Amino acid sequence: MRMMPPEFMVKISDSCIKCKRCINECSFGALRFENDRVVADHDKCAACHRCTAFCPAHAITVEKFPAIFKDNYLWSQDVLKSLWKQSESGAKILTGAGNDKPYPVFWDKMLLDACQVTNPSIDPLREPMELRTYLGKKPDKLEFWQDKKGDIKLTTVMEPQIKLETPIIFAGMSYGAVSLNVQLILAGAARELGTIMNTGEGGLPQELSEYKDHIVVQCASGRFGINLSYLNSCAAIEIKIGQGAKPGIGGHLPGEKVTEEISRTRRIPSGTDAISPAPHHDIYSIEDLRQLIYALKEATRYKKPVGVKIAAVHNVAAIASGVVRAGADMITIDGFRGGTGAAPQVIRDHVGIPIELALARVDEQLRREGIRHMASIIASGGIRQSADVLKAIALGADAVAIGTAALVSMGCHLCQKCHTGLCAWGIATQKPELIKRLNVEEGIKRLVNMIKAWNLEIKEILGALGVNSIESLRGSRERLRGVDMDEVYLDVLGIKPAGR
Amino acid sequence: MFKRAETKDISGCAVVGIMNEKGKTIRGDVITSAIAVMHERSNGLGGGFAAYGIYPEFKDYYAFHIMFEDEGVKDSVETFLQDSMVVVKSEAIPIRKKMSLANTPILWRYFLEVPKSKIPAGFSEEDFIVSVVMRINTRFNGAFIFSSGKNMGIFKGLGYPEDVSRFFRLEEYEAYLWTAHGRFPTNTPGWWGGAHPFGLLDWAVVHNGEISSYGINKRYLEMFGYECTLMTDTEVIVYMLDLLLRKHNLPQDIALTALAPPFWKEIDEMDKNKKEAMTALRMVYGSALLNGPFSIIISSTSSMIGMTDRIMLRPLVVARKQDTVYMSSEESAIREVCQDPDEVWSPQGGEPVYARLEERA
Amino acid sequence: MKIDAKGLNYRELNERIHDAVSNGVEEIDLVNVLGQRYIGTGLDREVTLNIYGTPGSDLGAFMDGPIINVFGSGQDDIGNTMNGGSIIIHGDAGNVAGLSMRTGKIFIKGSVGYRAGIHMKAYQDQCPVMVVGGRAGDFLGEYMAGGKLILLGIFKKEKDPVAGRYIATGMHGGVIYVRGGVNKNQVGKDVAVEEVDNEEKAEIKSEVEEFCRHFGITRIDDIMASPFVKLLPKSSRPYGKLYAY
Repeated sequence: MRMMPPEFMVKISDSCIKCKRCINECSFGALRFENDRVVADHDKCAACHRCTAFCPAHAITVEKFPAIFKDNYLWSQDVLKSLWKQSESGAKILTGAGNDKPYPVFWDKMLLDACQVTNPSIDPLREPMELRTYLGKKPDKLEFWQDKKGDIKLTTVMEPQIKLETPIIFAGMSYGAVSLNVQLILAGAARELGTIMNTGEGGLPQELSEYKDHIVVQCASGRFGINLSYLNSCAAIEIKIGQGAKPGIGGHLPGEKVTEEISRTRRIPSGTDAISPAPHHDIYSIEDLRQLIYALKEATRYKKPVGVKIAAVHNVAAIASGVVRAGADMITIDGFRGGTGAAPQVIRDHVGIPIELALARVDEQLRREGIRHMASIIASGGIRQSADVLKAIALGADAVAIGTAALVSMGCHLCQKCHTGLCAWGIATQKPELIKRLNVEEGIKRLVNMIKAWNLEIKEILGALGVNSIESLRGSRERLRGVDMDEVYLDVLGIKPAGR
Repeated sequence: MFKRAETKDISGCAVVGIMNEKGKTIRGDVITSAIAVMHERSNGLGGGFAAYGIYPEFKDYYAFHIMFEDEGVKDSVETFLQDSMVVVKSEAIPIRKKMSLANTPILWRYFLEVPKSKIPAGFSEEDFIVSVVMRINTRFNGAFIFSSGKNMGIFKGLGYPEDVSRFFRLEEYEAYLWTAHGRFPTNTPGWWGGAHPFGLLDWAVVHNGEISSYGINKRYLEMFGYECTLMTDTEVIVYMLDLLLRKHNLPQDIALTALAPPFWKEIDEMDKNKKEAMTALRMVYGSALLNGPFSIIISSTSSMIGMTDRIMLRPLVVARKQDTVYMSSEESAIREVCQDPDEVWSPQGGEPVYARLEERA
Repeated sequence: MKIDAKGLNYRELNERIHDAVSNGVEEIDLVNVLGQRYIGTGLDREVTLNIYGTPGSDLGAFMDGPIINVFGSGQDDIGNTMNGGSIIIHGDAGNVAGLSMRTGKIFIKGSVGYRAGIHMKAYQDQCPVMVVGGRAGDFLGEYMAGGKLILLGIFKKEKDPVAGRYIATGMHGGVIYVRGGVNKNQVGKDVAVEEVDNEEKAEIKSEVEEFCRHFGITRIDDIMASPFVKLLPKSSRPYGKLYAY
């Protein structure tokens, strides 16, 4: 029994030249040629805008289907659709991309400072402006030795570090969730920009081996593709405990997405489900996390920094403190807006906390305990633009990780159909005919451009703030003010209200 | 009167310092006439001086200069001091009675000895003094220790520096090292403690400019137990020096470099050892970098150091005449008290200039 | 070569082992081992480590090649994510033995704790094997995705069941052989329990022979005389119908 009206409506105007390009481009099968014209199956349209982008005659528009229900604030159309879908299938509703619900976005409630008269702003085009960032464990102080000539030598032995030329890194997105071309673009752009990408938990495709100095490899609960050569082919290792889009649950790459190539990289037979258990079964407590951190350090003879990624949950500050004390060199906090290739909707939309609040609390907690230097903080989950990067750094992040924003640069239109594997833009798919739509060279160029533009904007703001190094903004909450927030949130964020 | 700043202190300023490296003393009216030349750089809302070698008969005791709002808080602080140390001498700081400055607090000085038995395990004598100063300045409402070193003293108040000098009768003091400060605050609660120099133990700092990285410098210090309550850059600089030099025991050059380190571009071109040292310094002490315009004169029993930010957004002129070194925001202030210096120069941005007391045989 | 582990912390001990191995030493006796973690972890050569004492957790984690003999019992996470080599435990093993192991063999003379063989995986000709002489705790072969688990139940108290509760829950690959059969009420709902044919029995026998060789056991025919059952996943996609798109 059909209950749901379509979500979108595809309109084809008279200017259609019947070239059928749109039909070829639509990976969701929403368009067909019938009776000498293009006909749409509105139910199948995902509003990915592949057809509108490629129509040479600009003859296609996608609109919201004008289905008017009786107004009801409580029983929204989204809720009704979910109930009908569950009534049909008896199954959990699966979705892709990040939480799209209207929870507050605290980035948009914080404003940055600028210099006027009493201290000068700096022109970033004229004077040096530094974004270089090192991720890794730092000692609390340094020791030097001075020889008779007065030359000074560092005697403190430094832990391994990752050198970044921008405080922006690429978030973990596994081969399987995204296509090989996406990973090649991320790796190529990371190398060109002097930053790093993260393989996610799907193993390391052989094609990426030349980029190993710009790659973070993940050790997640599924342990896919992990062996000694994997652990040593990287700039750092990340233990994935959780993900902002789906805190507390595991992952599950359905068998139909486990192609020959994916199977080779994950080292499992093709066609079988790739299941990542909810916890790591060697980590049931914080002391077990320490055991795994040091197992990875032992396995790589202490040459690689080991990070830990956790989802932002209610008690994140205390958890982060434990993670740092367990020996993590970096801690990634992933907020509830973070993206995903697939997650149960109930988890994606209702679990976790905003990254802004989580980050502020974690930085503060580590400082209070005097252990902030022991690990770098990476904030992720809904970082959209350079302003978000700056605000995250002012709250205390060493760097931010971006996933969705990088995919948007490659063509993602946020249609949230990642979990179907039908991505028309060649991003979240393993279908060869779709993957080849994403040109690696062009993708690298676009992503490099986007980050370069962000870097310019970050430098512009640093100049306006009167500082010429990113570390002088890092944790400097004095340069942030809150608007449209009550005192409790200001207190959690550790910032003053605008006007004070 | 004791209302402290609630928002960040923002002020322009004049700084000057004079030191005789052989330890010959100079009268207080010399530095006063130097700072007075830069009258236009202050606005009458703060002036102050640091003087070294002024208490030779009490040189082994910590000299606390304390301002009090009333006799009540003075009594409770004195009880606390007597409990934690031996008060060798206690007296009013001499002032020119006929002269009045706005909001004058009770000004008293104490010479204190620390019995070994009073020092908690794991603390050095200096750690102990710092903890006493922190405690009084944060827990005793209406009391403020503005000088805590040995054989040195800070004198400061509301007014132009030359008025503050006359008020404290500084022409009667002889010191081998003087620094002075004239203040131009844009917001002030009219509190004497907010004037500069700011000191801790025998360190004193006078400072011109506003540090744009104040927010993170302050949070960094808080991690090590420093409580920055004055909302001024100068306080942060003093604590930073205390942390880097005394607590972390960094070589002086390195500590100062941490405040204004070379750019990455320069570091990348250094030889291996230096590159390694500088890279680590920036990694570990990034939060200690004083970013934004400043020129500072840092004084201690053994040295006077002048330095600007790494892109020289605030001026500093240095001169030498035989054994005497002069540092100032403006050359005119130096020329006022030393007509024909042997050399006059403006140092590189971020590069410290030292005057050092010669070791006496 | 012999290393006395007495008083050494794991980092010092493993540093010495790695140094010796990179200098070409092929066999090391480790004496007075007591709780040092990560022995053999990250080693990628065919060396032999003979451990006298009680090694700590993560014994042989991520290793690829070595043969580790433990003359005593092992603790938790033995052979964690190992990729090759053998671990032979002459006593018992703790919880989560063989987590995610992909190649190589683990032989445990006595019993294993909870979650033995969890998420073992096989790929092409890589097939991990674990043989347990005693009994296994709950969740044996949980999430198992590949490889062979053989549970013999020969060294256990008569009254104890050979395997605990929740056997092979979430299993979606590989095979578990249990000597003497299992309580079907404790087997995951997506798992089939079947008879073993002669061809399979021969395969089991060759692993049991190796097991007996390691521990000096001679009664192979006695052991093989008992019937075996095999546990297999009904589907390689146990959770295929859990989601609506």
